[in-house]
Amino acid sequence: MPKTLAQKLWDAHVVHSVEGEPDLLFVDLHLVHEVTSPQAFEGLRLAGRRVRRPDLTVATMDHNVPTRGGVRAADDLSRKQMEVLAENCRREGIPLHQIGSRRQGIVHVIGPELGLTQPGMLIVCGDSHTSTHGAFGALAFGIGTSEVEVVLATQCLPQKRQGDLAVNVVGELSLGVTAKDIVLGLIGRTGTSAGQGHLVEYRGPTIRGLSMEGRMTVCNMSIEWGAKAGMVAPDDTTYAYVEGKPRAPRGAAWEKALDHWRSLASDEDAAFDGVIELDAARLKPHVTWGTTPAQVVPVTGRVPNARSETDERALRYMDLVPGTALADIAIDRVFIGSCTNARLEDLRAAAGVIQGRRVHPKVRAMVVPGSTMVKRAAEDEGLDLLFKAAGFEWRNAGCSMCLGMNPDILAPGERCASTSNRNFEGRQGSGGRTHLMSPPMAAAAAITGHVVDVRELL
Amino acid sequence: MQSVNRVQGRMAPLDLADVDTDQIIPKQFLKRIERTGYGPYLFYDWRARGNFVLDRPEYAGASVLVTGANFGCGSSREHAVWALRDFGFKATIAPSFADIFRANSYKTGLLAVTLPDSQVRHLIDLVSEDPAVEVVVDLEAQAVRGDGFSYRFEIDPFARECLLGGLDEIALVERHEPDIAAYENNRAAWLPSVS
Repeated sequence: MPKTLAQKLWDAHVVHSVEGEPDLLFVDLHLVHEVTSPQAFEGLRLAGRRVRRPDLTVATMDHNVPTRGGVRAADDLSRKQMEVLAENCRREGIPLHQIGSRRQGIVHVIGPELGLTQPGMLIVCGDSHTSTHGAFGALAFGIGTSEVEVVLATQCLPQKRQGDLAVNVVGELSLGVTAKDIVLGLIGRTGTSAGQGHLVEYRGPTIRGLSMEGRMTVCNMSIEWGAKAGMVAPDDTTYAYVEGKPRAPRGAAWEKALDHWRSLASDEDAAFDGVIELDAARLKPHVTWGTTPAQVVPVTGRVPNARSETDERALRYMDLVPGTALADIAIDRVFIGSCTNARLEDLRAAAGVIQGRRVHPKVRAMVVPGSTMVKRAAEDEGLDLLFKAAGFEWRNAGCSMCLGMNPDILAPGERCASTSNRNFEGRQGSGGRTHLMSPPMAAAAAITGHVVDVRELL
Repeated sequence: MQSVNRVQGRMAPLDLADVDTDQIIPKQFLKRIERTGYGPYLFYDWRARGNFVLDRPEYAGASVLVTGANFGCGSSREHAVWALRDFGFKATIAPSFADIFRANSYKTGLLAVTLPDSQVRHLIDLVSEDPAVEVVVDLEAQAVRGDGFSYRFEIDPFARECLLGGLDEIALVERHEPDIAAYENNRAAWLPSVS
């Protein structure tokens, strides 16, 4: 029976399966951060249980960490949460990349760069953007704290089998159009929940042509249209990225792994429950106008008329009038960062737009590398100097203003061009207004002081 | 987990689609290290703006939240379910739920009941007209009942069994220890380990 990639990954992780119950799946890698884990560790302790496989568990601090000033700049509750994570990791023997260490960073950035994320694996984390790791041909999804506790205790997770969707992307991306625009354009079409109950495979020549960073951006936002997981079949691009990473297999093990990874593609006649076709050649840079990622239009467009109560509410919150050209929207802040778009390639793409230009005097702009390793790599090629010379703040790694659990937040009413993944009300700070876009688009907005079609600056 | 069978009480309407977990419990309240104490912060920003539906006196003490499609989308934070529970809700009814939110609800003993749009609309109209109206959410019978109506709902049979029995999921998984050990022994040697 022909199988999809998702089915192959699922089947390879089934520990126990019986009709009428969820499958019991084995977890190859459990990523842990400070915000969604303390109650799970506490639950274990109260029940007298231990972490079954600390060797398959990796923790980092990312959500709460201040991106300047170190741990001292954190508020008391955040510091307490970080201390609790450190204590839990110490007690259970879980490696922790804590604030200030050279491998600290956003959980979905460090997994791949440490070579912990590999094709064929099942990866979970108490974070909805875990689908990022699917870019490697892994089955990766976010879980809640109760499920974190189950995985800590058993290294397994009961899961109900999901449906299969394919997103087939064809056509060449034009200059200034990125992986972010593929996924924003897709969500604009599907809405916020079309992926519910499904594992999504992104495929087609355009996806094949994306770098690993681009694939991670696409997979990252799978949850924003409701999908359980998003993935891309591994290929030479994947292997080239993984090879030589600190935790990647070497020598004979590498060859064996490669043999297995090459089998990880959907069979030619495998059946999907649905296929969505997307022509990337016609895509323009996209910008959200509302308070869900599905409220999005090409940058050449206008704020649409409200078609629902949700739209009306979004227009009120965003203080926008239908018919306004996107390019007429002035912005106050720019955030280049997050697990969606804070890898080296993203920073290079943003830097490429600057080319000696300066941040608009009315704009406060910041670049927050996704990890300490990304930061160092960017500094090695002088990107920090370029950003700083242009007037950007150059920060330490963390989730930063993607979710504002740390000192990086918008003030009420401030409008931000952001490379993150969610434009929900108050996401970046209570009363703040978020426009999602790609790193080059955000850099262009920083320079001009308003939303602008980056292609005019290239 | 405590077992859940039947919720009887008044409803509160939140007539909006795509209510995300950032609204249900804003991020500034995710810094607690406990599983309880989130009730006062439920829908904090919306309530702070005033005249929020849940703060109207006629909906005080409601135990069933009736709301729009894709409820609980966004972040995986289980704190959203804890906050609803701490506030006093024992069941939510919506045309659809985000997957992680629904899973979190089941693990915490909050009933997440999916009904068709038209039936959810009926419930919202009903409670908007008469806040005192009561419903019964009956998990055993898989039905939402009120005066003159009974709506059957579907739920994953295993999730239902776990809720009815108040089963400890970790203990359920531990029954399969021999299978887990066998699986572990057969894992490929190249897979990464951090020990």
